[in-house]
Amino acid sequence: MLKIKRGTTKTLLYVVLAIYALTIFYPIYLMITTSLKENEEIFTSPYSLPQSFNLDNYVQLFEVSNYLTYFRNSILVTLTSLLIIVVLSSLISYVLAKYKFFGSRFLYFYFIAGLIVPIKLGTIGIIRIMLSLKIFDTLTALIIVYTAMGIPFGVFVLTDFIRLIPEELSNSARIDGCSEAKIFFKIVLPLLRPALAAVVIINFIPIWNDFWFPLLLIRSDNARTIPIATALLFGQYETNFGLVFSVLAMASLPVIIFYFILSRQFIKGLSAGALKG
Amino acid sequence: MAETYRKKKNYFILLFLAGGFVVYTVFLVVPILHAMFFSLFGGPGIVPKEFVGFQNYIQLFTRDIYSERFFNAFKNTVIFFLIVTFFQNVIGFFIAIMVTRKFSGNTFFRRISFLPTTLSVIVAGFLFTLILNPVWGIFDKFLEVMGLGFLVRPWLGTPSIALVVIAVVTSWQFLGTSIIFYTAGIDAIDKEVLEAARIDGVGPLAEIRYIIFPSILPIVGIVTILIFIGDFTQFDIVYAMTSPYANPQYGTDLFGSLFYRAAFFPIGRGGWGMGMGATVATMIVLIVTIGVIVLMMLFRMQSMGAREEGDR
Repeated sequence: MLKIKRGTTKTLLYVVLAIYALTIFYPIYLMITTSLKENEEIFTSPYSLPQSFNLDNYVQLFEVSNYLTYFRNSILVTLTSLLIIVVLSSLISYVLAKYKFFGSRFLYFYFIAGLIVPIKLGTIGIIRIMLSLKIFDTLTALIIVYTAMGIPFGVFVLTDFIRLIPEELSNSARIDGCSEAKIFFKIVLPLLRPALAAVVIINFIPIWNDFWFPLLLIRSDNARTIPIATALLFGQYETNFGLVFSVLAMASLPVIIFYFILSRQFIKGLSAGALKG
Repeated sequence: MAETYRKKKNYFILLFLAGGFVVYTVFLVVPILHAMFFSLFGGPGIVPKEFVGFQNYIQLFTRDIYSERFFNAFKNTVIFFLIVTFFQNVIGFFIAIMVTRKFSGNTFFRRISFLPTTLSVIVAGFLFTLILNPVWGIFDKFLEVMGLGFLVRPWLGTPSIALVVIAVVTSWQFLGTSIIFYTAGIDAIDKEVLEAARIDGVGPLAEIRYIIFPSILPIVGIVTILIFIGDFTQFDIVYAMTSPYANPQYGTDLFGSLFYRAAFFPIGRGGWGMGMGATVATMIVLIVTIGVIVLMMLFRMQSMGAREEGDR
């Protein structure tokens, strides 16, 4: 890192970054303040802070929709798929990194090919499979699709990471009579923690925010996740600005808060992903 | 003894691989192959049963009702991709250089840069639709106050402008990803190299040009490839800002929205039947795959295979 000596450069730097920060914060500020205003106030004084802290729009949102159900569904789907992604891709990666067998190299490419081919384009087939398995229009369908979507990146990151674990560790455990499964769970998995965090963080955002699959795989209200509910409520109440802004704010606030709590880990995980590629 | 050990090991490998292999194969690989297979079928009805060979592809390129839409979406997707790539790479690069300088508050800027990326595309799209909404007029009023009132126009009502608008909103949202990627690359540069260069009197511009840029070039490649894959199937932003019909006059139609209508809308309301939908999907798969390979070669990134080789 370089120290900036001249005062003018430093001022310029702050000005540019302040403008950039404004472009980030202003739309989000607008979303939150507008959601706290009454409909009349939204039009008469759009830029000002809300006159009173008015939660009417949120009360109305919870009255007209099953928002708690959507919220619960989003959490359930995201957490379950992340958990399965972590378990399955670390198992796959362990085998691919530590065992040489016929086709092991091919298998590695087979798994990471999914990084290039977008799963969305297979949706016709996915719908038909879900229908024949009788899980169309269920949260299970979403969880399975997100798992398939997350495995390629998991395998990509974890296989390299496991290769770096010295073979001596597992060999000495083998001599001590440890089973292969025990070696994996007792020795390898704990060492994988930082890489697993990266896998979770990088998969979290696309899964939590996914709109495509609930749009096509979900029909009933009680299986909706937040993004699809947001779109439907937005379409339904388009002219009710106050309500619409509370819909957007409700969809964003949990993630924004979550991000600020864990932003250090987020950036660490993403940076690890960047340098890996 | 050795024999049983090997056998045990084989079962172990099978068991470990089986779960992930099945989920990945059945729900990602098979559906993509299904689209390729299905693209060879046609006939009336929702589910095509009649084998027609490459007839769907011939139709896609020769019958105006299909080819017009397809090439329009192709053109729009390319423009959309170029705009997003420009913003994310050029602006992302310069902001990354700024936030890697030593000054108080640099980690703050890094953190907030990623904030829009955490929002769902749907939310960002709706939010900017409202900001640009002429009735509420918050953006138009802002322009007037700045003395730029002459710029006011129907932002989402003019085809060429609407496409730029959705590309800029997408860039706004994902700029943070490239900033984080580039800062990671810049932070990984050996401090001694930079120190030595400065002692030798290398100015900040030369330093960017000859040290920072070359060492993060591979990351520029990764960012561009990620944008490419994302943009060539981008759908949410079109849905949120200009509807699945990609208003106005298909001016914002991207491959993602075209595929959505073609495959899942009823015939007569934008749908082309599942056979043609699968044909569109297959074409996009081909274009994305070829595009990624070309981009990889362009950035002289050794393929993953070559790197694999190096590791062993």
